[in-house]
Amino acid sequence: MARGLVENGCVVAASYPGTPASEILTAIDAWRTAEGVNMHVEWAVNEKVAFEIAYAASQAGLRSVTAMKQVGLNVASDPLMSAAYLGTVGGFVVISADDPGPHSSQTEQDSRLMAMQAKVPVLDPSCPDDAREMTGLALQMSEDFQVPVMLRPTTRVCHACQDIVPGPVRDLGRKADFRKDPKRWAATPKFRYDLHLKLNDTLSRVAAYPPTAPRPLNPGSQSRRAVVASGVAAAHAREVMDAASLWEGLAFFQVLQPYPLHQAFVEQLRTAYDEVLVLEETAGVIEMQLRDYRKVRGKLSGAVPEAGELLPETIERILLRFAGLPQPELPAAPELPGKRPTLCPGCPHRSSFYAIKKAVPKGIYTSDIGCYTLGINLGGVDTVLCMGASIGQAAGFYQAYRVTGEPCDVVATIGDSTFFHAGIPPLIDAVVQGARFVLVILDNTTTAMTGNQPTPSQGTPAGKAVDIASIVTGCGVEFCRSADPLDLPGFTALVKEALAFSRESGVAVVIAKSPCLVDKSVRQPRRPQAVVDASCTGCRHCTSQFECPALVFDPASGKVAVDVMICSGCGVCLEVCPVKAIGQKGATI
Amino acid sequence: MTSQQLIISGVGGQGILFITRLLAETAIAKGLPVLTSETHGMAQRGGIVISHLKIGDFSSPLVRPGHADGLIALKPGNVALHRSFLKPDGWIAANTGEAPAPEGGRVTARIDADAISLQLGNPQAVNLLVIGCALSTGRLFCTREELEQVIRLKLGPKPSLLEGALAALNAGAGGVSAARRPTE
Repeated sequence: MARGLVENGCVVAASYPGTPASEILTAIDAWRTAEGVNMHVEWAVNEKVAFEIAYAASQAGLRSVTAMKQVGLNVASDPLMSAAYLGTVGGFVVISADDPGPHSSQTEQDSRLMAMQAKVPVLDPSCPDDAREMTGLALQMSEDFQVPVMLRPTTRVCHACQDIVPGPVRDLGRKADFRKDPKRWAATPKFRYDLHLKLNDTLSRVAAYPPTAPRPLNPGSQSRRAVVASGVAAAHAREVMDAASLWEGLAFFQVLQPYPLHQAFVEQLRTAYDEVLVLEETAGVIEMQLRDYRKVRGKLSGAVPEAGELLPETIERILLRFAGLPQPELPAAPELPGKRPTLCPGCPHRSSFYAIKKAVPKGIYTSDIGCYTLGINLGGVDTVLCMGASIGQAAGFYQAYRVTGEPCDVVATIGDSTFFHAGIPPLIDAVVQGARFVLVILDNTTTAMTGNQPTPSQGTPAGKAVDIASIVTGCGVEFCRSADPLDLPGFTALVKEALAFSRESGVAVVIAKSPCLVDKSVRQPRRPQAVVDASCTGCRHCTSQFECPALVFDPASGKVAVDVMICSGCGVCLEVCPVKAIGQKGATI
Repeated sequence: MTSQQLIISGVGGQGILFITRLLAETAIAKGLPVLTSETHGMAQRGGIVISHLKIGDFSSPLVRPGHADGLIALKPGNVALHRSFLKPDGWIAANTGEAPAPEGGRVTARIDADAISLQLGNPQAVNLLVIGCALSTGRLFCTREELEQVIRLKLGPKPSLLEGALAALNAGAGGVSAARRPTE
């Protein structure tokens, strides 16, 4: 996708990281540098801002892109809906990456439904090479029809490698040139009706646009049964049909543009086939645009699962059933417990959560989206809703308990990147409404979960760093202190102090400042590893309450041992062990 | 055309993405089409991580259960977890410090990569030790020389990393029998 954008004259790119879309902007920047092209590439504070930065470039006649994960599009949905009406000048592509499964997301929502809701065309690539080609197509379409175009890859397209032959890089030589037209760019509701009619007309023309028409993959097939697939489901189906010798036996179409579905294709399916199987992730977007449901086998008919990823073995089962063939025998997958994800050994968040539990043992712990969601393993996370909700929910719990009787202790945890993204408005609300809780901002000065993208507190070469404590005090918070959570006793005392303040006076903020250990841009300290001595009683307090993966209980000896493959030497467990059986005399790493 | 489907399995932090890319780039250097599918995001934080790698004429990035030619496991327990991906005659290359379970007629290469990596003073090298071990099966789609060439291209600007990587690959390829436990 990044290559396709740079090849096709994209000049402005803005994104907020989120799996599986995080690598797109980094790759754009790498191609920009490698090809020596002039671009503005930025990690925006959130997806809504990213959208608006890129959209303005389109209004000024330049080609631009905004990239995000599917739940990021929820954040950017406000400008998306309106931009669909106002339209584009320069080609404008909205990449929204879906995560069927889900592998690393709160929901399995289908961005193509969001495209339908906004009334913008959406393209559905089946592999990285498709995605590269479609970015160029999307930029061109967006200019031809003056409408934003969505590109909807999924995890299996984003987190895939493929051999690709790059094309030449085109410099369109455009200068930013915003043409004032307040009736369009600042349209009042009266004009919005006209714009809506115009958009409907645009969509009907897009539904007949030849370059995005469904691809007949085996045009020779004479079958009265057709398979219609889009995205990576088409790639799986293609391989399965080939392997099961179904290639000639079923007509097979790959849909490139699930919405709006080409009207001639809808008519062709209605007249030329008796049965149509639709394979798509995750919702039945193509399926619901087909006219005659009696012929259609898909999510609505129950032939295709309505949740989860469509794996190739699932598609094989569905295709064989559709073809009236016997089911294959699958090797049984073992019912083994997997290994749950956990905070890294030495992660400062682990220490923060341990301190919070110690300082506020009976609190409600609201948390947020990031690595620190894994604080759930330590019992330090009770709620996770969406970006920024830790603070809104903390205020909400406070108000709910206060209004019905006794106030309770609430501790919210939020990462620095998430705080910038969506944490500031709820903090203002909490201050204004007199909510009382402790907010711990887990500040590792990076967006760790998605691969250590920068945060506003790092600044940029052209701009200034933005200081979290200044924002907090600027919102009217009167208790704002910073400390390193790896100093467990000191940090625990600070959280206790914050709790005492919050009970009497309002929101108290503690900034837990300590760098991420997997951030390669930070010089990591060299420290001696932990060693457990013979006085270990095997009480397992450290493994259950501190949950460091480098501390492993050995049933044979009845004691805990240090896994020297992964111990980072943070030394926090020395404070955690109730009998002081852990020392720091191991090898320095 | 060469056709090979591989599963690479381990836990987050072991460098599975690195070796997946390494093998994919080696395939490309050999002029072979390649598709991979990888795990990113939260699962990478110490959870089970699996990569699918397909070399040859494929369109799906995922390996179906029962279709993998080889399983490369960077953690001992992952062989049991992902063995179901293997064909009946599929091979295994595994990092294991324990006495291995019998694997019927399968070609199986094992290495105590954790211990060797510590001996080499390079705990990050488990991934390349196991790839070296996979070379020793004689069933991997590429040779040690082809892998080394791509490693030199990838790590060329970082001489100390490059040296460590090549040492690990060689130790993995040659050190398998030396690392075997007497019980085996």
